[in-house]
Amino acid sequence: MDFSFSEEQTLLRNSVQRFVQDNYEFETRRKITASDTGWREDYWKQFAELGILAAPFDEEHGGLGGSSIETMIVMEEFGRGLVVEPYLPTVIIGGGFLRYGGTDDQKNAIIPEIISGDTVVAFAYAEPQGRYNLADLTTTATKNGSGYVLNGQKAVVLAAPWANKLVVTARTSGGQRDEGGVTLFIVDKNAGGISTRDYPTIDGLRASEVTFENVAVPAENVIGDVDGGLPLVEKVVDEGIAALCAEAIGGMKVLNDTTVEYCKTRKQFGQPIGKFQVLQHRMVDMFMAYEQSVSMTYMVNLKLDEGVDERKKAASGAKVQIGKAGRFIGQNAVQLHGGMGMTDELNVGHYFKRLTLIDTQFGNVDHHLKRYSSLS
Amino acid sequence: MDLEYTPEEIAFRDEVRNFIEQNYPKHLKEIKTRSEMTKDDFLSWHRILHKKGWVAPSWPVEHGGTDWTPAQKYIWNEENGAAGTIPVLPFGVAMVGPVIYTFGNEEQKKRFLPGILSGDDWWCQGYSEPGSGSDLASLRTKAVREGDHYIVNGSKTWTTLAQHADWIFCLVRTDSDAKAQEGISFLLIDMNTPGIEVRPIITIDGSHEVNEVFLTDVKVPVENLIGEENKGWTYAKFLLGHERSGIAAVSRSKKQIDRLKEIAKGEQDGTASLFDDDSFKLKLSELEVDLTALEYTELRTLASENAGKGPGPESSILKIKGTEIQQRITELTLEAVGHYAYPNLQGMDLGSYNEFPIGPEHADGVAANYLNMRKASIYGGSNEIQHNIIAKMVLGL
Ligand SMILES: Cc1cc2nc3c(=O)[nH]c(=O)nc-3n(C[C@H](O)[C@H](O)[C@H](O)COP(=O)(O)OP(=O)(O)OC[C@H]3O[C@@H](n4cnc5c(N)ncnc54)[C@H](O)[C@@H]3O)c2cc1C
Ligand SMILES: Cc1cc2nc3c(=O)[nH]c(=O)nc-3n(C[C@H](O)[C@H](O)[C@H](O)COP(=O)(O)OP(=O)(O)OC[C@H]3O[C@@H](n4cnc5c(N)ncnc54)[C@H](O)[C@@H]3O)c2cc1C
Repeated sequence: MDFSFSEEQTLLRNSVQRFVQDNYEFETRRKITASDTGWREDYWKQFAELGILAAPFDEEHGGLGGSSIETMIVMEEFGRGLVVEPYLPTVIIGGGFLRYGGTDDQKNAIIPEIISGDTVVAFAYAEPQGRYNLADLTTTATKNGSGYVLNGQKAVVLAAPWANKLVVTARTSGGQRDEGGVTLFIVDKNAGGISTRDYPTIDGLRASEVTFENVAVPAENVIGDVDGGLPLVEKVVDEGIAALCAEAIGGMKVLNDTTVEYCKTRKQFGQPIGKFQVLQHRMVDMFMAYEQSVSMTYMVNLKLDEGVDERKKAASGAKVQIGKAGRFIGQNAVQLHGGMGMTDELNVGHYFKRLTLIDTQFGNVDHHLKRYSSLS
Repeated sequence: MDLEYTPEEIAFRDEVRNFIEQNYPKHLKEIKTRSEMTKDDFLSWHRILHKKGWVAPSWPVEHGGTDWTPAQKYIWNEENGAAGTIPVLPFGVAMVGPVIYTFGNEEQKKRFLPGILSGDDWWCQGYSEPGSGSDLASLRTKAVREGDHYIVNGSKTWTTLAQHADWIFCLVRTDSDAKAQEGISFLLIDMNTPGIEVRPIITIDGSHEVNEVFLTDVKVPVENLIGEENKGWTYAKFLLGHERSGIAAVSRSKKQIDRLKEIAKGEQDGTASLFDDDSFKLKLSELEVDLTALEYTELRTLASENAGKGPGPESSILKIKGTEIQQRITELTLEAVGHYAYPNLQGMDLGSYNEFPIGPEHADGVAANYLNMRKASIYGGSNEIQHNIIAKMVLGL
């Protein structure tokens, strides 16, 4: 048993950490999220230069051949900086689909583009009626000659405004919620018949509602098996969850450190408020919630290659822990900062918002508790 | 023990219900978050109530209040909550008004009470300072007597809706040598006086509800001092302890739970709605049970008030449990809307909203309300401070 990081992994962490420190101070981040586009494309190119975008890909496609531990490290550091650039949708999710389900042609064409920073992917899976059920799909892909025609609407597609490619889940057969009949497509966002309505999100990201109206997609854009896409979706989403957990612990750590520091310096009744035992115990609970979350994050990132049920349990268990801890830490960081915690000016509220929405991403506590129980 | 309303009380309830139904401004029903409310929105219901003579039910009749029994006042709150009316802002009617009619002189009563009732004077509360939040008595804004004026210097913060205010009631330090609580005075200050600057504070939900108020050499006539110099702490505490009815917000929370149920019914979850989901339903029920406990705790408090006992430190229970429930409701509502907690539509041109909707209409503002409601356990004496009060005053610790 060994929970230590290799020398390369530590170097990776240091370089991401340095990038975030130098380029992502809170005020810079505020400017980025308030800008027209809402992200820094030049930063994305710098990620390419730093090799961060190459981390999980095979060497034969120009990648670094890293494991989930490398992406976990990147996501944790991004979480600390509240980095908005679409690492999760592009590298973890988009990249994951290609790595596990892509044809050689797809891999050869798209992975190098991701690594060079020229392709950004968004994952269009959720639908307005579908809640967190990945198989609840009204978007259809109908066979037409050798290709398919896509019709439907996707909800809250994170990073879609920045993306040039979309990975889309659609029903090629079966009923609305059947496990079979789900197929994955990778499409150009500017393909005819795709329209988007873009908007900012509460936590400073950008997203779109995406509609597909008779979008023609050639058969070579299918990822994985026709009608058999769901297991692949679940696998990649579980990897997304593992990465999201890492982002969350990065944010939690900042909130906890900031809160402890604040309570040491803020004085009321002639003493630092950190001297009040009720606040001490609250901060201890926040600390423990964080430590438990770190443990679950390591656990899930180490178990992604286990058997399917084992992986699912690991992902759902970790997501439950992150959801609960994120809420507890976020709410109490605000509470212990008093009025200051309520201000937009302080970074605390922004971490709180991101943690709040991380619970919603890929299914909340309730959803994953149920998924976990169904596997036990 | 008896839970029934008397026939008179039932008649009163019907009268109130009718009045609200016929007079509550329709356009206010559309409002989803406080940040979209204009000054006129805040005041329109206030003005209607003033005309009817119901804007300040708790005030003594001779000052423009009602002679309602506690049960009637309870019914009043209940019906307003059930109808989801916008509450009359507390700063004038519930806070400074009672201080003025209890401790002010005749001149002050004549001068200020009518404007509070009519809504012509908008009041804000200048208690908190950057260095004095929970420890309010440490406040440092200074007032120095010069002839028939005080010269006030310092700064107040978190001042709710000061951007609309005509007047601010301030706690100021008039004796720096006395013990903290003993050198404080209660001053009424015209917001148009030179030397006052109001700067907005934007909160995490993106709204402009609170402000910083800077006072630089502000000249305040001595006749704006309430009661005696250096006795302000007594009045301040009276104010904090005075208006407890409605603090638990029971009927408003009931209304919000009803709304949450409607949202849950409108949220698809597989073949049924979220409302039919066992784990969500259990959380809703738990919330309702908590609220019922609070409702009966409030009724017991009211009953003992009825029996002539003033509201005691037990009312801290109402603040703690009331705000916890309000926060929990917004949290579950956020949960209910799923992915559509994400969009931040504030300030977006939704011109073509109907052509290409961004989520169901019921999701709009839900995240903002959740974020905004975090304030409830911070303001009005934080929930930690309320725990301290119960520990000390009730449990004798
Ligand atoms: C089953 C059992 C086995 C035990 N075995 C051993 C043993 O093998 N060896 C041994 O030496 N002792 C043993 N103990 C004793 C145990 O260590 C003491 O019970 C313990 O230290 C608490 O002391 P106390 O019972 O005097 O309670 P107190 O110290 O009087 O505490 C009463 C309550 O006050 C709280 N409290 C006290 N101080 C603070 C503070 N500063 N801040 C916040 N809260 C506080 C406590 O948490 C507790 O809830 C055992 C006790 C039990 C019940
Ligand atoms: C939205 C909003 C509106 C407001 N409106 C007004 C207004 O109109 N007028 C006005 O005057 N004020 C207003 N306030 C200010 C409010 O009353 C203060 O925020 C509150 O008193 C807390 O003070 P603080 O923010 O300085 O926090 P602090 O007092 O610094 O508290 C920070 C944390 O320490 C805890 N703490 C402090 N002392 C103790 C203790 N002894 N034991 C245990 N825990 C402790 C607190 O509970 C809190 O969690 C408003 C605040 C908000 C957020």
